Amino acid sequence: MLHLSFSRFKLSAAILLGTSLAFTSCGGNSQEGASDLSGSIQIDGSSTVYPVTEAVAEEYRAEAPDVRVTVGVSGTGGGMKKFTRGEIDIVNASRSMNASEAETASENGLSYVQLSVAYDGLTVVVHPSNDWAKDITVAELKKIWEPEAQGKIMRWNQIRPEWPDKEIHLYGAGVESGTYDYFTEAIVGKSHSSRGDYTASEDDNVLVQGVSTDPLALGFFGYAYYDENKGKLKAIPVDNGAGAILPSLETVKDGSYAPLSRALFLYISSKAVNKPEVVDFINFYLENAGDLSEEVGYIRLPDNLYKEQQQKFEQFTIGGATANQQ
Amino acid sequence: MTNSEKNRLKDKAFQVFGIFCTFIGLVVLAIFLIDIVMEGIGRIDWDFLTSLPSRRAARAGILTAWAGTLWILVLSALIAFPLGIAAGIYLEEYAKKTKLSNFLEINIANLAGVPSIIYGLLGLELFVRMMNLGGILLAGALALSLLILPIIIVTTREAIKAVPRTIRDGSFALGASKWQTVWNQVLPASFGGILTGVILALSRAVGEAAPLIVIGALAYVPFVPKTPMDEFTVLPIQIFNWTSRPQEAFLTNAAAAIIILLLITFLLNGIAVYLRHRQQKKIKW
Repeated sequence: MLHLSFSRFKLSAAILLGTSLAFTSCGGNSQEGASDLSGSIQIDGSSTVYPVTEAVAEEYRAEAPDVRVTVGVSGTGGGMKKFTRGEIDIVNASRSMNASEAETASENGLSYVQLSVAYDGLTVVVHPSNDWAKDITVAELKKIWEPEAQGKIMRWNQIRPEWPDKEIHLYGAGVESGTYDYFTEAIVGKSHSSRGDYTASEDDNVLVQGVSTDPLALGFFGYAYYDENKGKLKAIPVDNGAGAILPSLETVKDGSYAPLSRALFLYISSKAVNKPEVVDFINFYLENAGDLSEEVGYIRLPDNLYKEQQQKFEQFTIGGATANQQ
Repeated sequence: MTNSEKNRLKDKAFQVFGIFCTFIGLVVLAIFLIDIVMEGIGRIDWDFLTSLPSRRAARAGILTAWAGTLWILVLSALIAFPLGIAAGIYLEEYAKKTKLSNFLEINIANLAGVPSIIYGLLGLELFVRMMNLGGILLAGALALSLLILPIIIVTTREAIKAVPRTIRDGSFALGASKWQTVWNQVLPASFGGILTGVILALSRAVGEAAPLIVIGALAYVPFVPKTPMDEFTVLPIQIFNWTSRPQEAFLTNAAAAIIILLLITFLLNGIAVYLRHRQQKKIKW
């Protein structure tokens, strides 16, 4: 016969409970002269915009320690779903809201305002040993990436005859990302439409890895990933009819690197601006977005544009947040 | 060469092949561990464990991430443990071998193979939307409980099956009811095995990021969750987030966080091994 006490069940449960109670005492650190606002702000959306918002949220803790700001990364599409249902206050977006999302928002009685907070320059890159691709036109990029190219445009000399008769290996953003939507819209002319036979990843570091180890590669991803890996990659200037231009802090900021420089957005709902902490947070965001976006690898807007965003937001909050402002 | 020599040679060949197969797994694991440890070990210090997320890789920490992971672990255990064991006992001790119990058994076994993201989607619809919980700890823990429930049920049944028939017969012979037999004899005897299964299931849950992102777990959470109704993040999400950053220093952070996550799973596995060992020593029939 067995002589095992059954209290071990209870004991294990007690241990499990105990560990959960052990870490309930850490919390926000208050700071002198900080605002006495409290409440919570829920943000979700693009993982591209996430680093900027994370940086702002981090700094905002010193400003208003009692406001709980949380940021998720369910993607621009996922964030928009929650935003248009009214489940979150702010959505990080790496593209504009599309028609069906706008429809859902108005069905749920939400109006919203779109603010630009930083720029990103999608960079077209090749392997450093590639000595033929010295520039590329938008038309050539379209020829490579459009859906009709699938299975046909497979060699470099099909794009430009003087380029070598070698295979071309393509690397690009995965179809779920806002980056993909933006690139296809800017290059192919239609959002979410491209060839399917390329190496796709939602993780730009994977694309960096791919292009930097493949002498026949051509790829595209966010400027920050190129900037951090300059030694392993070569950026190609993009010609939009006005001469070939390399992406850089200046050319993206002044808009001459077109059409591949894009704005990163925040959307704020009419429901959210009823909360004073949201208004305060957004004002803080726009004041600091320039420095902080640069710090995390993006490109700041010109100062007058930040002013414009501030005015736009002010109008939205004062104007009773009735009309949608794009 | 005679037939027996041939056979001996084949035997030898298979032995070499077997060793080779065994080492493939070990070598891959070793390479992975060495790589991660070399990259991340220097980053781990007290500050790393007690700091909030930050845009500056050198100042960023994993406090809210490991706290969230621990919460998820405890809550999932509290939810899945009684449910899984009760279901296992029912199927093994009470259920008659009917078509219905057959059907249940096959489906539970199948559920153990469903990809975790599916449980995330189920949890999103069921707990987050229909029960209106939102993306909180409890919703995440409920979804992960569903994920590990089939594993717990299957291991519970295996453990109960391993209890010799004679123990039950002895108990019945002394006039014990079915419930008394299960509670006083079968369960204590199989408890080590059950607990091992539970802990191994939990160490699977600890590594999940996808279903929790679907549920609405966050990436930036500047506070430690205090109740099951709080929002949260977990280590795998933090790791995933850091590996997708352009700056090299975040990759080091990710490696350091992976080491912590590995330590948690090793610790859980260690507990499982220890419990099983103690159980084997204690039980004498």
